[in-house]
Amino acid sequence: MIPGIGTLTQDTLWCFSQVKGTIEIGTTEADIISTVEFNHTGELLATGDKGGRVVIFQREQESKNQVHRRGEYNVYSTFQSHEPEFDYLKSLEIEEKINKIRWLPQQNAAYFLLSTNDKTVKLWKVSERDKRPEGYNLKDEEGRLRDPATITTLRVPVLRPMDLMVEATPRRVFANAHTYHINSISVNSDYETYMSADDLRINLWNFEITNQSFNIVDIKPANMEELTEVITAAEFHPHHCNTFVYSSSKGTIRLCDMRASALCDRHTKFFEEPEDPSNRSFFSEIISSISDVKFSHSGRYIMTRDYLTVKVWDLNMENRPIETYQVHDYLRSKLCSLYENDCIFDKFECVWNGSDSVIMTGSYNNFFRMFDRNTKRDVTLEASRENSKPRAILKPRKVCVGGKRRKDEISVDSLDFSKKILHTAWHPSENIIAVAATNNLYIFQDKVN
Amino acid sequence: MSQKQEEENPAEETGEEKQDTQEKEGLLPERAEEAKLKAKYPSLGQKPGGSDFLMKRLQKGVWGIVSYPLSLDVLLCVDEIEGDYNMAKAKMKNKQLPSAGPDKNLVTGDHIPTPQDLPQRKSSLVTSKLAGGQVE
Repeated sequence: MIPGIGTLTQDTLWCFSQVKGTIEIGTTEADIISTVEFNHTGELLATGDKGGRVVIFQREQESKNQVHRRGEYNVYSTFQSHEPEFDYLKSLEIEEKINKIRWLPQQNAAYFLLSTNDKTVKLWKVSERDKRPEGYNLKDEEGRLRDPATITTLRVPVLRPMDLMVEATPRRVFANAHTYHINSISVNSDYETYMSADDLRINLWNFEITNQSFNIVDIKPANMEELTEVITAAEFHPHHCNTFVYSSSKGTIRLCDMRASALCDRHTKFFEEPEDPSNRSFFSEIISSISDVKFSHSGRYIMTRDYLTVKVWDLNMENRPIETYQVHDYLRSKLCSLYENDCIFDKFECVWNGSDSVIMTGSYNNFFRMFDRNTKRDVTLEASRENSKPRAILKPRKVCVGGKRRKDEISVDSLDFSKKILHTAWHPSENIIAVAATNNLYIFQDKVN
Repeated sequence: MSQKQEEENPAEETGEEKQDTQEKEGLLPERAEEAKLKAKYPSLGQKPGGSDFLMKRLQKGVWGIVSYPLSLDVLLCVDEIEGDYNMAKAKMKNKQLPSAGPDKNLVTGDHIPTPQDLPQRKSSLVTSKLAGGQVE
């Protein structure tokens, strides 16, 4: 198997690599992971949680001695990105939960990322310090000011090595631009701008300017009683800096071109799969709501996730997706209870592998699914402590739908709906995946021969 | 002969009907679930995608809308507060710069709170467990 070319043939075996977090009965809500993202080289892996904290892991250099172990991810930096706030005018509590993290491509020694909660986007700089100046004239070694009368000689401070320190500093705070809750941020391929999207509006920012943003999409109706859909996700095209897409709660995707007009309320392309009206039920619109939209690395396709399926669309064909994959169709007969316990509103994300040949998304019971677009094979795997021996091969799981349950299968009624995998990430070029299971982060790699 | 023809035609139609039924059967679980839900909550509206539903979604996080916003109460007694503030500032001028932490001898109204003095509202300023504890 050639690494980096992700094909889910029978040769690909996924193994446990690492798990981060603690085993707890009754998770502290702050520890629930709310976003996971690799940077552009895959060297860094960032997580955000409900408590507003960001933890960044770095892949260790592969040693020649340990050929079997590919680089493991260890803690590199952690900081409090957002804190709880209170909007006094509206009597609203603003959660500190990190909704999304997006990395900027690396341009110098420091790393930059955007992190956002419901209202405020922040640009963080993560940099290393391994030297410090020593031998100041006016300060002593502890930093206290020296009495000028005691200084009789002059010396030049020198840089001395020190233990590596990783510092995270907030460089920009982009606030007060969103009335509604931010669901997405996306860095533009021009590396100068980025967008933030809330339920009804999308704003364009320049990284250097924090007190102004440009509104590029506004779907708020003049009369709120006429509100029929909201924006659920948005993303810039990976190569064309003028193009972006946004998805809606009605299962549609709009592609917009910023060259066409300043306000992109009128889409350039409109993607919608026709539905037989006789098939409609009370749940139809809810389960068609798109929870995530992602461009392929090639920029030719977009992938969308709704409650029961993942769909791949060709940008050149608006009237239907080119591929539809069933994630957990057996839940169709559980929609009533899933509506009652609010699970039907869970927002699952989806990801492409580096070569756009395999797509992955999460499900319940700590299951996650992978679909190979070429072979049309799919697999269900589980993130659990039971399969967490180093390099243990993950065994495919199966949900039993019909009457007779085989030995290793699990029945639909036994699924744990509190164990949901909403956030996953795939290394940009290798078969390494990060799966967030509530408060634990699992890292899996394919088997090295 | 005519009988046969009649038999043939129904067969065609049955073919289409079969397809319809198969589709409906595929949806039967969804429809059955809908019936279950309506039975439990008869007052449930027909269209879940209506503006009421979406409005609820937009207002996630709101609580206590009925009472005045806090700012209104503050506005009403601004004069009083300003008076106290100026008095307290005048007293403070004669003292040394305060160290961190409130001086407990000060009477409420004389002490000007600083951000350091206020108690933290939430204790989520603990390091994430992903960053500490077990590293495997």
